Amino acid sequence: MAVETLTLGKALNNGLRRALERDPKVLLMGEDIGKLGGVFRITDGLQKDFGDERVIDTPLAESGIVGTAVGLAIRGYRPVCEIQFDGFVYPAFDQIVSQVAKMHYRSRGKVRLPIVIRIPFGGGIGAVEHHSESPEAYFAHTAGLKVVACSNPSDAYTMIQQAIASDDPIVFFEPKRRYWEKGEVDTEAPLSAAHPLHAARVLRPGRDATVLAYGPMVRTALDAATAVADDGRDLEVIDLRTLSPLDLEPVYDSVRRTGRCVIVHEAPSSGGLGAEVAARITEKCFSRLEAPVLRVAGFNTPYPAARMEEEYLPDLDRVLDAVDRTYGW
Amino acid sequence: MTTADLAAAAPTDRAEHHYELLRQMLRIRRFEERCVQLYSATKIRGFLHLYIGEEAVAAGAMAALTPADAIVSTYREHGHALARGIAMHSVMAEMYGKATGCSRGRGGSMHLFDAATRFYGGNAIVGGGLPLAVGLALADQMADRPVVTACFFGDGAVAEGEFHECLNLAALWHLPVLFCCENNLYAMGTRIDRAHAVTNLAARAAAYGLSAVDVDGMDVLAVETQTRAAAEFVRAGHGPYFLEFRTYRYRAHSMYDPDRYREKAEIAQWQQHDPIDALVRRMRGDAELDDDALARLDAEIAAEIDAAVQAAEEAPLEPIEDLTRFVYAESRSHDG
Repeated sequence: MAVETLTLGKALNNGLRRALERDPKVLLMGEDIGKLGGVFRITDGLQKDFGDERVIDTPLAESGIVGTAVGLAIRGYRPVCEIQFDGFVYPAFDQIVSQVAKMHYRSRGKVRLPIVIRIPFGGGIGAVEHHSESPEAYFAHTAGLKVVACSNPSDAYTMIQQAIASDDPIVFFEPKRRYWEKGEVDTEAPLSAAHPLHAARVLRPGRDATVLAYGPMVRTALDAATAVADDGRDLEVIDLRTLSPLDLEPVYDSVRRTGRCVIVHEAPSSGGLGAEVAARITEKCFSRLEAPVLRVAGFNTPYPAARMEEEYLPDLDRVLDAVDRTYGW
Repeated sequence: MTTADLAAAAPTDRAEHHYELLRQMLRIRRFEERCVQLYSATKIRGFLHLYIGEEAVAAGAMAALTPADAIVSTYREHGHALARGIAMHSVMAEMYGKATGCSRGRGGSMHLFDAATRFYGGNAIVGGGLPLAVGLALADQMADRPVVTACFFGDGAVAEGEFHECLNLAALWHLPVLFCCENNLYAMGTRIDRAHAVTNLAARAAAYGLSAVDVDGMDVLAVETQTRAAAEFVRAGHGPYFLEFRTYRYRAHSMYDPDRYREKAEIAQWQQHDPIDALVRRMRGDAELDDDALARLDAEIAAEIDAAVQAAEEAPLEPIEDLTRFVYAESRSHDG
């Protein structure tokens, strides 16, 4: 076993490297990913080691990048597209929703599109609109796409490889504010032994209330649980990991025990993933709920200027306030 | 002033005109140099993309446009905004995110906006401003206004689909758009010949039926002359025009960019053709500028910047209660 301490960004870099080594059909493509190594250096050194025909610098043409990936995938490649920032994905939206999501269905399964679209998402780095957004609900709403979000280095390392190995198109969200956070990664464990890609995971067992999060908010949820542990409140934290399809069985099990549930995400609450999850929990666990399922989310505004970011983003206090409110019923 | 007027101008008028171009370029450069300091001091947050090296394009082009003309810009737009005439204190306050900024503190460095000077915004999305310019120009055309919409963008935008859609639309409908491409050779970290099969961007525009020329973007007088001629062409109803300004940014793409994709020697070589130095040399040669005048100009600009910084420091931030305001024009409770 080779356990290394890696940042989340480096774990992704290593995961991409392993995928490139494992399968010559894996290609990376995106803006500034080669020579520059990507804005967040996630692809640092990969063009040098695998060549510019496998780690492809593209022009600024998001629709073209994703559309080209469709063609490559039809011809048997496994393209991994990097969208530089969350807010830059919209020019590619048409290709993703109209082509990537539908071609398998449209061809009655003849065409498979093993495409991964990597998107650094969320705020917390002092950036602004177009550079701090959480667009996951748009994609989770679209049948034919799978959507996942990693939250820690170990998952980042395995999930990116699992996503590349998947025969379905996957929108892969990376929590950009957590790129620099470190954690232990077992770089020699076989991928087959890893937690399945489309499975949620209980990160911290607890008795009193269930806190659900994904991507960058997982750390916030864990911190909230730690903060109240000394006060005798025992929070269970579940990392959803897969946003489409959702894996809610562990969530139902948890909520049936705790009777209380708070869902945390950075995206605005209205029409967000939390709404879907809350609806399903209500349908499955209604008689066991002690309180409504509450959401802690971004506000229903465009992403604000850097100076208001701290107020906009859910933080430990807002999570704990929501947990408190579940005790108010 | 038309091109012919400019050519016929008296020497004193010409000297005054050159002084004004120099003043604008220096204002932009010194403003941004101060912004670097303020960014390091976290007075300015968000992103900061510097224009240093490219000042001749903003100063020369804006000098050739009228107050009625419209401007559409990019995220590297401090120079455009200042040369266009948005007050420096208003731009600086916006850099600070203060409520007195030209976008009331919500736009920041990348989204300067000022309807009074018909400056229809910076834009964080590469190529995002081009369709907007087509719409502005269509509105002017339908209202029979003899107005030019000058749309600035970089070489990177030429790769985006919107560029091609918009050049076609503008040419098809003979719209009064002046496409101002600032070709600084790099789309962030990717050099133009690694992103474009045809690097002669004016030739690309010509393929859509536009009149197109390339211009030495390091020569403010060339920029002004060519922009003036192009704007006259557009204003006369001959349809859109494409100017490719060949220029160079000395600084990294943004404050986070380690600038590993080019050689320092390349930067030094372009600095040999610095637009400010070149104009100063020329004016000195023609006895239009002496040491005293240059020192006075430096002092005047330093004072303007100091005043802008002080005003920004003292200005209020938007209250946090306003976070959810202005999401909709018609207010309603939407966050229940």
